[in-house]
Amino acid sequence: MKFLLVEDNMDLANAIGSRMRLDGHVVDHAATLDDATAFVEAEEYDLILLDIMLPDGDGRDFLKRHRASHLDTPVIVLTARSQVSDRIGSLDLGADDYVTKPFDHAELEARCRAVLRRKSGIAKSTIEIGGIVFDPVAGHLIVGGETLSLRNRELRLLEFFINAPGQVFSKQKLADRLFSYDDDVSDNAIEVYVARLRKHLERSELKITTLRGLGYRLDHVS
Amino acid sequence: MSASPAVSGSLRNRLVLTLIGGAAILALLLFFTVRSYAARVAQQGQDNILGASVTSILDAVALRDGELEVDIPYAAFSMLSTPSDDRVFYAIFQDGELLSGYDDLSATNGRPNGEWVFQSGEVRGETIRQVSASRTLVGLGTRTEVEVALGQTQDALAETLRQISRNAAYLGIGFFTLVAGLSFWATSATIGQLNKLTTSVTRRGPQDLSPFRKPVPREMAPLVSSLNSLMGRLDQSLSQSEDFIAEAAHRVRTPLATVRSYADATLQRVEKEENREALRSMVRAIDESSRAAGQLLDHAMITFRADHLEREEIDLVALVRDLVQRLTPIAEMKDLSLTLVGDPVVIYSGDPILIQNAVRNMVDNALKYAPAESVVEIEVSQGTQAQISVRDQGPGFPPSEIDTLTRRFERGKNAAGTIGSGLGLTIVQDVAKAHGGDLILTNRKGKGACVTLSL
Repeated sequence: MKFLLVEDNMDLANAIGSRMRLDGHVVDHAATLDDATAFVEAEEYDLILLDIMLPDGDGRDFLKRHRASHLDTPVIVLTARSQVSDRIGSLDLGADDYVTKPFDHAELEARCRAVLRRKSGIAKSTIEIGGIVFDPVAGHLIVGGETLSLRNRELRLLEFFINAPGQVFSKQKLADRLFSYDDDVSDNAIEVYVARLRKHLERSELKITTLRGLGYRLDHVS
Repeated sequence: MSASPAVSGSLRNRLVLTLIGGAAILALLLFFTVRSYAARVAQQGQDNILGASVTSILDAVALRDGELEVDIPYAAFSMLSTPSDDRVFYAIFQDGELLSGYDDLSATNGRPNGEWVFQSGEVRGETIRQVSASRTLVGLGTRTEVEVALGQTQDALAETLRQISRNAAYLGIGFFTLVAGLSFWATSATIGQLNKLTTSVTRRGPQDLSPFRKPVPREMAPLVSSLNSLMGRLDQSLSQSEDFIAEAAHRVRTPLATVRSYADATLQRVEKEENREALRSMVRAIDESSRAAGQLLDHAMITFRADHLEREEIDLVALVRDLVQRLTPIAEMKDLSLTLVGDPVVIYSGDPILIQNAVRNMVDNALKYAPAESVVEIEVSQGTQAQISVRDQGPGFPPSEIDTLTRRFERGKNAAGTIGSGLGLTIVQDVAKAHGGDLILTNRKGKGACVTLSL
């Protein structure tokens, strides 16, 4: 997916950008409202991540202008405040959702997915690979003409594999991305989800291979 | 929080006392004036009749052959008859010597030629009004002075005076009652303006620091304008401190977000388990601090709002539905489903921000403790009270701690592995108390916890 990140703090922008690129997203960065406006006019984005406090103005003004010019790119606000009234304020101005800094990237991703799903029809981001059609936004997987609905964790797990085909993921690495850091995760939790995915992919050309002692890898078998 | 001001006297009492005191003095003055005027008029009436009577007697005096002859006309006495049967005394003097009549009346030897001389006196124990007049009779070689004195008791006059006094008293009392009523009305109308201002100050919500625009009487304008300027300053300093908090939060949370994002990204690349564990601890610590900071601010905000509860009509179902939509992405990360059950509409008069915050904390808790791929059920119902219940299929509350969990910073023994500040349920309880409701923690029969916010 293609993101526009509007954030004046360079360190944070770099951190978010590098984290999101890891998940296979494209991120453009604007440090001011002027830049953001220029980016939005020149490019089309799936989603805008908007900081509220910017050197040349309030992000909410940008939001107002953005909505007034009938652009319906979804906007998720990054706010530092946790006051409910402030959150409601930005939602009233046309933000689709908000996350409070510091945020969990898995949560941000979940929110992006939810926002895009609500505005269905905007982002058609289906992936076709190895005989499957995968829609990560809707959570659909079409295998052999049959549409399967994936649970969120199955869907994310499949996404990790598809974004890096051929890469070996250790159990720990997958667990860290799939579960939140405060979840009590048992050792075989990942095995359960991998087993489910394998079952879904049975009739496709994709196969999750176990490499003993190393982890898992998605292979394309013809 | 609000100290009651020192009270010195009462404007209302001062006004009422002044007005009623004035009315009482005026009423007494009215009474005495009317009475004394009436008494004078009545006395003048009696005097005129007495005078006429004396004159008619005097006219009937004649000198015949050097002898004084008095033929008292009947009319002279009949004109003096009164309803109270006042007694009449008369005396006729010739050159100062009593000629005929009562010797209780005395000669005055006063002015001549029919001029009336009045005096009040006492005869045989009765108060009388006496008039005398004299006339000089000239005969053949003789010249004699005749004086007629006529006295009349004053029973009729006293009766008239009593009546007049009574009427004057009625008039005074009536006047007093009218003015007293008017002064109460005027005082209430004046104080009413002050009360109206007081009510509109009191009715304001905690956030409302806008100036008063409603017209007030001219005398109150200075008060209102200084009130407005005070509120203006308060508003300014509040918004300054709000800006400060926003700025401070921004400055603190932005670097935290940077650290968290980098840690998150680095975790994807690092292979060594001990490094990974260090990064995980880092992320957990950041989450814990930001969550605690957020909840401390929320708690402070809730304590403040609970002191000045701003109630409005809200549909609890719509409020919870918004929250469910907002929290669904987080629930999905654990493959939890959030379901909303209960009545279609529950109208309640309360503070939406407080209630939203409370329910959010309840659902957050459920999401934290519920096992993956389970159901968290939220029920909004209108029984005798409006109730919002959140039920999960998690481990439930430890039975021994169920009563202490709502205390500040108190966490369940089985919550050791999860991030939390121990403020969540305290916030819910504070919100419940502020609305006159209650927070009820129970364990479900099968498995799981049930948290009910009863409003």
